[in-house]
Amino acid sequence: MPTSSNGARNIITFQKYERPQTLDEAWELNQKKRNRIVAGTMWMKMGTHSFGTAIDLCDLGLNQIEETDEEFRIGAMVTLRQMEKHPGLAAYSCGAVEAAFKDIVGVQFRNGATLGGSLWRRMGFSDILTVFLAMDSYVELYKGGIVPLEEFARMPYDKDVLVRLVVKKQPGAFSYQAVRKQRTDIPSLNCAAAQVAGEWRVVVGSRPARAVVLRDEQGLLAGGITEESAAAFADYAAGAVTVSGNMWGSVEYRRALVPVLTRRALLALKEVQ
Amino acid sequence: MEIKIKLNGTMVSDDVPADTLLIDFVRAHGCLSVKRGCETSSCGLCTVLMDDEPVLSCSTLAARANGRSVHTLEGLQEEASEFVGFIADQGAEQCGFCNPGFVMNTIALLRENPDPSDGEILAYLSGNLCRCSGYEGQLRGIRAFLNSRHEEGANHE
Amino acid sequence: MNRPEYQSVGKSVRKKDAMQQLLGKPLYTEDIVRDALVVKLLRSPHANAIVETIDTSKAKKVAGVVDVFTWEDVPNERFSNAGQTYPETSPYDRLIIDRHVRFVGDVVAIVAAENEAAANKALERIKVTYDVLEPVLDFRTAKDNPVLVHPEDNWRMLCDLGGDNTRNLVGTTADEGGDIEAVLADCDVVLERTYHTKAYNQAMMETFRTYTELDRYGRLHVISSTQVVFHVRRILSNALGIPKGRIRVEKPRIGGGFGAKQTAVCEVYPAFVTMKTGRAAMCVYTREESQTCGSPRHEMEITVRLGANNDGRIRALGVTTLSNSGAYGEHGWATVGLTGHKSIPLYTGSLEAFKFTANVVYTNMQPSGAYRGFGATQGQFAVETTVNELAEKLGRDPVELREQNMVREGMEMPAYFGEIANACALDRCLKHCADMFDWKAKYPVRDMGNGKVRAAGVGMSMQGSGISGIDVGSVTIKLNDDGTYMLIIGAADMGTGCDTILAQMVAEHMDCSVDDVSVFGADTDASPYDSGSYASSTTYVTGMAVQKACTQLKERLCAIAAEALECDANELSFEDGRVVREATGEEMSLVDVATKSQVSNCLAPEATAMHSSPVSPPPFMVGMAEIELDRETGVVEVLNYASVVDCGIPINPALARIQAEGGIVQGIGHTLMEDVTRTPKGRIRESNLFTYRLPTRLDTGHIHVEFENSYEPTGPFGAKSIGEIVINTPAPAITQAIYRATGVWHRELPILPEHIVLAKPEE
Repeated sequence: MPTSSNGARNIITFQKYERPQTLDEAWELNQKKRNRIVAGTMWMKMGTHSFGTAIDLCDLGLNQIEETDEEFRIGAMVTLRQMEKHPGLAAYSCGAVEAAFKDIVGVQFRNGATLGGSLWRRMGFSDILTVFLAMDSYVELYKGGIVPLEEFARMPYDKDVLVRLVVKKQPGAFSYQAVRKQRTDIPSLNCAAAQVAGEWRVVVGSRPARAVVLRDEQGLLAGGITEESAAAFADYAAGAVTVSGNMWGSVEYRRALVPVLTRRALLALKEVQ
Repeated sequence: MEIKIKLNGTMVSDDVPADTLLIDFVRAHGCLSVKRGCETSSCGLCTVLMDDEPVLSCSTLAARANGRSVHTLEGLQEEASEFVGFIADQGAEQCGFCNPGFVMNTIALLRENPDPSDGEILAYLSGNLCRCSGYEGQLRGIRAFLNSRHEEGANHE
Repeated sequence: MNRPEYQSVGKSVRKKDAMQQLLGKPLYTEDIVRDALVVKLLRSPHANAIVETIDTSKAKKVAGVVDVFTWEDVPNERFSNAGQTYPETSPYDRLIIDRHVRFVGDVVAIVAAENEAAANKALERIKVTYDVLEPVLDFRTAKDNPVLVHPEDNWRMLCDLGGDNTRNLVGTTADEGGDIEAVLADCDVVLERTYHTKAYNQAMMETFRTYTELDRYGRLHVISSTQVVFHVRRILSNALGIPKGRIRVEKPRIGGGFGAKQTAVCEVYPAFVTMKTGRAAMCVYTREESQTCGSPRHEMEITVRLGANNDGRIRALGVTTLSNSGAYGEHGWATVGLTGHKSIPLYTGSLEAFKFTANVVYTNMQPSGAYRGFGATQGQFAVETTVNELAEKLGRDPVELREQNMVREGMEMPAYFGEIANACALDRCLKHCADMFDWKAKYPVRDMGNGKVRAAGVGMSMQGSGISGIDVGSVTIKLNDDGTYMLIIGAADMGTGCDTILAQMVAEHMDCSVDDVSVFGADTDASPYDSGSYASSTTYVTGMAVQKACTQLKERLCAIAAEALECDANELSFEDGRVVREATGEEMSLVDVATKSQVSNCLAPEATAMHSSPVSPPPFMVGMAEIELDRETGVVEVLNYASVVDCGIPINPALARIQAEGGIVQGIGHTLMEDVTRTPKGRIRESNLFTYRLPTRLDTGHIHVEFENSYEPTGPFGAKSIGEIVINTPAPAITQAIYRATGVWHRELPILPEHIVLAKPEE
């Protein structure tokens, strides 16, 4: 987390700024070790970074959310605020997108922070990653092609360019829960629950490691969500999700929260199914 | 690099280092209302409108604003004057240091949602920290302004 | 009581600077100065170390770097950064740069450069080797620890207050009345409880900053975001070894202070650069520096011993405080006194004995300073929480228990230096607050389903009004040509509104409108000497100086008019904003008096008056919190906070209310979310506003503040103070509500959700 330690302000220093006009140009620029793609710079600004050329994707038309009957195509430069306010995403996600985004710092921050920046870093505390992992989501990488978000979340950082997120409109319902020690802080734990294309999913993030997806391999939810089945799945989650401690929650606290949020997310899911 | 920004309606261009932040650019061009309160995108003091959207100028590259329109409180004095008197009546400006960011985001709120509920006001302004006022007075001031506007509207009917 | 109807006092007039602030005009230090050298500080990564070698040659070669200074360049004369009346109660334990660095963040070198980038680059190029020493990082083991924070032989204290650098002691204090052991032995119930509070940060939105230059006479001109211009002048004189007469300190608008800027945290660095280079210099602390190298609240451990009878009579109170001053001793001794003197007297009602003892220790942590509430906050959290626990033990309603035991008007308060509570509406505050809050309905615990419960708690508070027998306030009032007035002050409006409040008082005395009073301040070259704005002093102490000055000015204006009317001044009186000769019906307007004063006149149409008070009348306050607590996640939501304040007569009710609301939110912050933790090596983890969580407007619930007036005979228009008391009640009130919801007393702040979830109920 941010630290400058010697009296200097947190600073981003770089020598050149480029706005590539094609994805290919962006990819080429990004292959240089000293170059970095800058997205919203909201999170980046919290630390001290020094690099050669800042690559800004803002001229590539990636600031649009396209909605078709089959899918949402969310460009890398779409801001969190755009997604939060998007009626189609709200309807499809049963309000889970807005629920996941609304407590992230503030409106101004969410007007700056982008989908691409948020997903690319795959930050453990990310509300964005957690909520989209509950959906049938894919990232489109310029060279790597279409990759399931779940797989992307496990991949190491490389020099590819994240172009957009594709969310398939599989029939489904979604819910979202998070615990914060202060309303706009990053979560101590977050959790999304879904039934999507017939599959049950529970995503647990801010563990504080990257979010993980649980599926109902034991058929605990086969009979639908009830108080009992939600509690049973919560028990399962408590055993299946590994957590650790940091400033936003000790390992003991997170361990206690996993079943609580799992159960609550499932019960909330039942309400929107 | 050469950066051109339409700053409060006037085209401003300057040759600045590529990594210049928008806050430093606008302060260097006379917009001293824009304040820095943190280095972690946390406080909202540096809020400006970029293409009419409220953003954190301390965390936005000036280069990103190149070719765009940026408004600071210097350029929105009239719009601000419509309601800030109601904040003053509450004494809720207190030290004043967070005021410009708060006023800018309130302008953005009222443009987007001219008749917000208390809950909507609090949610929209949650990224604007204030250490003095306790927030209640700011809410009362905005509410008083909205009420006065309703009354005016009623009188015009 | 029939009080006179006032024209300006008691009115919610707008703050004089309100519109300028709300429209974003350039009013603050960084907005009003011209180009200056950028001053940056290299800071120690170690909590306790000696600088073995320091090589600045590479840093000095960076383009744009003007100079780099180290311990070898500064005077070896110790001083204190505390903004207190001379002789200060804080030890002279600092050098501008010390070879011995005493906390993570202590200054190792000063860089002066033409721009920020060059200064930052230079910081990276200074090469330092340290002899790293074992640090003292647990304040409970600091006293008589073999590791000494200040082993140097030129450490000194100006007053004998128990400070001893060979024992890591900043100071000690004690007070007692009656035989506490005997009374405790005779009590039906004795509770002994220990509490821990942390080094909460003021986190004012404008960080520390100072600009310095040489003026046209070659004097050091300082523009600083400070609450204490005159104290800063003395501190700089001590630190730099130059006469006070060669220094001018002024403050522009200040972006919040809350006591942080009662310490000269950053002034000395640019001042040193200006004296060395002859050039204008500016130091702006980063938020991280403000958080980790500022002057936060003193961390404290407080043990309360409370003795009571089964009928609810509180008969004995003991308070033992250990205070962590950190690496330097600013405000250490002064602060700790309030933990006992401002908590025990709340229960003067049936108290038979009390005892208060305190130690203040040095550690290798961030030095502490003054923060709104100043020790009372910590002491009252401890005592009020113990009283709430007593109520639960006895099965009594805590409001009724307080009614039985609280201090009331007219009582002598033995634990408050024997002062009489001449103005005390605490009883009315409690009743009013209970009614307003609907205590009877909200106090019972209510299960809301889904693991959520609602509960309530209460806390009382008192503070002081200025430092009795020490601090002074003064003002000069001048008549302008046009019959308006100029009020020149040395107190510091930091958003509190004191410029306006003092102008309201002038307007009331001089029968004019508040708009006819312009305010100037604070500037050591022009303002009459004033201790500055701290210790809840300005309305009460400087307000009395206004009263005196106005009385003198009226006499003076009559004397000037007498020359014009060719009569004896005794025949004249000042009425309704003019001078009247009752015998003849003649009168002179102020414009005429002012005009006369400029022609063939030897009497200046102005008056300066100073005031100091032998007493420090406490304001009183009651706060009640309603929370909704999620037992499964530990999340506490404050739903309602009701509070009633007795600040005597509020001079400006709107500003008093805002002060209260703001203080309550700060109190909610240190109770529920603001935390200070350290790595094993002593680095503060919550080093910025991303990790040190201030309450947002979604975290505070609905706050409702009302007033119960008393009339303080020694204050201006019956006023007492309000600035500090307002921060004190949330901690005990919310802590009690959490107990009600969970069955667990939390005795350490903040109470985070995880503490609630992981706590085990006590036996």
